[in-house]
Amino acid sequence: MELPPKVKNILLLDAEGKRIAVKYYSDDWPTNTAKEAFEKAVFTKTQKTNARTEVEVTALENNIIVYKFAQDLHFFVTGGEEENELVLASVLQGLFDAVNLLLRGNVDKREALDNLDLIFLCFDEIIDGGIVLETDANVIAGKAGINSVDPNAPLSEQTISQALATAREHFTKSLLK
Amino acid sequence: MAQPFVKKDDDHDDELEYSPFMGIEKGAVLQEARVFNDPQVDPRRCSQVITKLLYLLNQGESFTKVEATEVFFSVTKLFQSKDTGLRRMVYLIIKELSPSSDEVIIVTSSLMKDMNSKIDMYRANAIRVLCRIIDGTLLTQIERYLKQAIVDKNPVVSSAALVSGLHLLKTNPEIVKRWSNEVQEGIQSRSALVQFHALALLHQIRQNDRLAVSKLVVSLTRGSVRSPLAQCLLIRYTSQVIRDMSNHGQSGERPFYEFLESCLRHKAEMVILEAARAITELDGVTSRELTPAITVLQLFLSSPRPVLRFAAVRTLNKVAMTHPMAVTNCNIDMESLISDQNRSIATLAITTLLKTGNESSVERLMKQITNFMSDIADEFKIVVVEAIRSLCVKFPLKYRSLMTFLSNILREEGGFEYKRAIVDSIVTIIRDIPDAKESGLLHLCEFIEDCEFTYLSTQILHFLGIEGPNTSDPSKYIRYIYNRVHLENATVRAAAVSTLAKFGFMVESLKPRITILLKRCIYDSDDEVRDRATLFLSVLGGDGTVDTDEDSKEFLFGSLDVPLVNMETSLKNYDPSEEAFDINSVPKEVKSQPLAEKKAQGKKPTGLGAPPAAPAPGFDGYERLLSSIPEFAAFGKLFKSSSPVELTEAETEYAVNVVKHIFDNHVVFQYNCTNTIEEQLLERVNVIVDASEAEEFSEVTSKALNSLPYDSPGQTFVAFEKPAGVPAVGKFSNTLTFVVKEVDPSTGEAEDDGVEDEYQLEDLEVVAADYMMKVLVSNFRNAWESMDEEDEHVDEYGLGQRESLGEAIKAVIDLLGMQPCEGTETVPSNARSHTCLLSGVYIGNVKVLVRAQFGMDSSKEIAMKLAVRAEDVSVAEAIHEIVASG
Repeated sequence: MELPPKVKNILLLDAEGKRIAVKYYSDDWPTNTAKEAFEKAVFTKTQKTNARTEVEVTALENNIIVYKFAQDLHFFVTGGEEENELVLASVLQGLFDAVNLLLRGNVDKREALDNLDLIFLCFDEIIDGGIVLETDANVIAGKAGINSVDPNAPLSEQTISQALATAREHFTKSLLK
Repeated sequence: MAQPFVKKDDDHDDELEYSPFMGIEKGAVLQEARVFNDPQVDPRRCSQVITKLLYLLNQGESFTKVEATEVFFSVTKLFQSKDTGLRRMVYLIIKELSPSSDEVIIVTSSLMKDMNSKIDMYRANAIRVLCRIIDGTLLTQIERYLKQAIVDKNPVVSSAALVSGLHLLKTNPEIVKRWSNEVQEGIQSRSALVQFHALALLHQIRQNDRLAVSKLVVSLTRGSVRSPLAQCLLIRYTSQVIRDMSNHGQSGERPFYEFLESCLRHKAEMVILEAARAITELDGVTSRELTPAITVLQLFLSSPRPVLRFAAVRTLNKVAMTHPMAVTNCNIDMESLISDQNRSIATLAITTLLKTGNESSVERLMKQITNFMSDIADEFKIVVVEAIRSLCVKFPLKYRSLMTFLSNILREEGGFEYKRAIVDSIVTIIRDIPDAKESGLLHLCEFIEDCEFTYLSTQILHFLGIEGPNTSDPSKYIRYIYNRVHLENATVRAAAVSTLAKFGFMVESLKPRITILLKRCIYDSDDEVRDRATLFLSVLGGDGTVDTDEDSKEFLFGSLDVPLVNMETSLKNYDPSEEAFDINSVPKEVKSQPLAEKKAQGKKPTGLGAPPAAPAPGFDGYERLLSSIPEFAAFGKLFKSSSPVELTEAETEYAVNVVKHIFDNHVVFQYNCTNTIEEQLLERVNVIVDASEAEEFSEVTSKALNSLPYDSPGQTFVAFEKPAGVPAVGKFSNTLTFVVKEVDPSTGEAEDDGVEDEYQLEDLEVVAADYMMKVLVSNFRNAWESMDEEDEHVDEYGLGQRESLGEAIKAVIDLLGMQPCEGTETVPSNARSHTCLLSGVYIGNVKVLVRAQFGMDSSKEIAMKLAVRAEDVSVAEAIHEIVASG
C-alpha cells in the first residue's frame, strides 16, 4: 500500500436507497448494474443503523464504507479494505459539512435535488480521480458555491431562480393539499 | 428566506414527492441542449440544462457517440460566456463526456487560455480538465504551464497541477518525471494539501529508485510535515523503506522505528492510527515494539467515535492472528464492545476475543456471544461460527460448550448460508474430535426434525448413514431418520430410505426392524422413494450367503472406483441397445481436467458441501486411485501420502510434482506431470529413477503415461520395495523421458513421428517424517498418561542459535511430521520457554506422543528436552534417532 489514500466512490442516496448523486473512481464496478447492486447492498446493510450523530463505519465486499445520514439523505464514502478509515471519515465529514453549508442547513432530499449542480460541484472539489483534493468543508463549499448567495442575505437579494423556486414550492404544495 | 415557510413533512407526501427531475427524458433534454448554441447565452438556463445532462449520466443513462459529440460541441460554445458559475459547470460536463482525442482539439485553446487566466478558479479547473482529456503530444505543449502551475502561489492551482501529475504519471511517466524540481518545491509549501499532493507525486516519480525514496524519507522524518494526510503518506513510505532494508539483510536496531513511535503521539488521530498499523505490520515485530502501538489502539477502543473503535478493533484483530498474547491486555475493553451498537465492531471484537482467548475463558465468552447472536445479521453470524470452529480445533477439550453453543444457534432462525456454516462446523468437529461424535450426531438429528432446507437434510442424512452405524447405540438415530419418510418431500424421503438401508446392513441387530420400516416405504407416492425401498428390501431380504452380503455392502458403501467424470461421459456415449452397460468399460485413468477447472475446485467449501471429487488430492482420493491400479493393488493398505513436492521450477516446459505414498513394504512415487507447451503432445511419459543413494529401496514396477496433451495433467508411477515396517530413508534422482510430437495448433492434430527426449528433474528424498501420520488427540494429558511411563524415552538436545522459539518449534514439528495438539505450536511472543505437545501414528500403526520442552538463553541458544512415549519402545528410540540425525 505505497499509494496515497484512494477513495473508490462517493454515494448520496435517498431514504429508499435511490441514487441522488454518485461518483465512482474505481473500476471495481464496471457497469451501471454492478454499481446499482453495490449501492443496494450498501444501503440495505446500513439502513437500520443510526448514523445521524457520528460517522459510522462498516465493511462490505473487501471495502470499508463510512457513512452518515441526515433526514432522508444517506452519505457514503468507500475505500479499499487496507485504507485508513479515518482518512475516509475525514472525506465524508468534509463532504457532509460542505453540503450542509451549501444547502444552508436544510440537508434533505428535496433541497439536494433542487441544488444538484452544487452537489456535483462539491463531489468534484473533494476528490479528483480517487485522490483526496480537499477535506475542509468551508473551502469545498466556497469553491463549489460560487454562485450561491450568502445565507444571511435579505429576501430582496435572493436570485430570481431562488425566488422562483420558492414560489414554485408554495404552488405545488397548495395544489397537493 | 425560503426554508422556514416550506417545512416539509415527509410522512405524508412521500408518494407525491416533488422532484425537479420528475419525468425527465433524455430526448427532451438533448433538445433543450440546443440552447447552448444561442448567440446570446443565458447562463442560468444553460447551467440548468447541464445539470439535467449530468443528472441523466449520473442515473446511468448513456449517450450514443453521436449524441455525446453533439452535446460536446455545443458545450464548447459556452466558453464565450463570462459567467463563472456556468464555466464551472462546463468544466464538469466536459470531464463527464470524456471526448475522443480528435474532439479534444476544439477545447484545448479555450482551456489553455483559462489556464493562464487571472482567476484562480479557472486556472485550477482548466488544468484538471485538460489533463484529464489530453494525450501525450498535447501534453508536451502545455508542460511548461503545468510546471508553472505546480509552483503557483495559489495552493488550489498548485494542488490541481500536482494531482493531475499523479494521474498523468500512469500514461506519460517520462514527461511527469521531468517535473521533480518543481514538485520538490511543493513539498516545502505552507499549504497542507499542496504538501500532501507534492509528496505523493514525488514518491511516485521516484518509486523505482530505492535510494532516492530512502533519502526522501530520511529528510522528511527529521523535518516537519504539516499536513496529517502527508504524515500518513510518510508513514507508509517509511514502512516500505523498512521492508526494503530488511529484505537486503541489514539487521540490527530497526531503523525509523523511533519515527513511527513518535507518530503515535501526533495530534491527528488519522496519523496515530496509520503509525500504529505500520508498527503492527512490521516484519517480525517484537513484543517490545508492539506495546506502544497496542496501547494507543486500546485507547481508541473506548472512543465515542465508531470509526475509531472500528479501526482499532480491526487492527487488533489482525494482530491477534500472529501475536495473540500481545492483544490480551485489551480483552476487557474488547468485551465491552460485544454490545456495541455498530455490529461490525461487535463482530470484530468477538472474533478477536475468540482468537486471543485461552482455554479458561471459553465458557464465559460463549455466554456473552449467546446474548449477542440474536441481534446480528446472518453474515456476521457466519463469521462468528467460523471463528468458533477454529477455536474448537484449537481447544478440543472445550468441545462440549462449543458444541452446545452451535446446537443452540442451529435451532434459531437463520438463512441457508448461516445454517450451512453451522452444520459444516459440527461436521468438522465430529470428524476431528471423536469424543464429540455422538452428541454432534444427535444435534444434527434434532436439526433435521425441523429443517426447511432440502439440501442440508439430504447431506445430513448421508452423513448419518456413514457415521451413525459405528456409534455405540445406532438404534437411537432410526426414529429421526424414519420420521423423514413421513414428513418430508420426495428428495429427503429418498435420502432417508438410503440411510435406513445403510443402518440395516451395518448393524445386524437392527436388520429385522429396518426391513419392516422399509416395507412401509414401498407404498410411497414417489417413484424414486419406492424404487429405492424395493431395491434395498430385496438386497436386505436376500439374507443368504456371506457372499451376497459382501457384494451388497460394497454396493451400498463402496465408493465408485471410477472417476465420476469418466462415468458421466461413458453413460452419455452409451447407446441403448441389446448390450448392457458395462461399468468396467469406463476408463479409470483420470483424464483431461483443465487447470483452470482444478483451481476453481480448490475454492469449494470443505465439510458437507464438498463432494468427494474423484480422485481428490486427499488421502481418500489417493487411496482410491492407487487401489484402482492393478500393479499396486497387492501392496496392502496405504499408510500415508505426502503433500505434493515440486520437482521443477515454476514456468518450465514441463511441470512435475511428486506425491510419496507409503505402504508397509512399498513406496510408490506418483509423478503428476503437466505439459505446458501448446504445440506439443507428449507420449510414453515415464520417470527414470536412480535409487543408488537409497540402498534399502529396490524398484519393482512402474507405470508409464501413454499420452500427455497440453494443459491436462497426467500421472506416472514408480513403485519401490523396502524392508517391512522400517522407516527407510534415501535420496532419488529423477529423469523424465518421453516422446515429443508436434501439434498443429490450428487443427489440434499431432504429427505421426515423434522424437525421444528427456528432461532432468530435481532430486527427491524420502525422510523420516514421511512415515509419520498426523493424528490429533483430543485430550493429550489422558492419552499421555494412558501410555506406559516405563516406555518413555527422554533426551536433551541443543538446537543451536535460532531467531525465535517459534522458529525452532516449527523446525522440530516439520522434522517429525507430527500433529501439534492443544494449540501448543504457537508461542507467546515474549516467552523464553515453551512446551509443545505432538501426536502422531508411526508406520506399523504405532501411536506416538511427544512432549517437547524448549528453552532459550540470552544468546538465543535453544535447548530442547524431548520426551517420547510410544506403544512400541523401538519407535520411541526411532523418534530420538530422527531428531539426533536431523
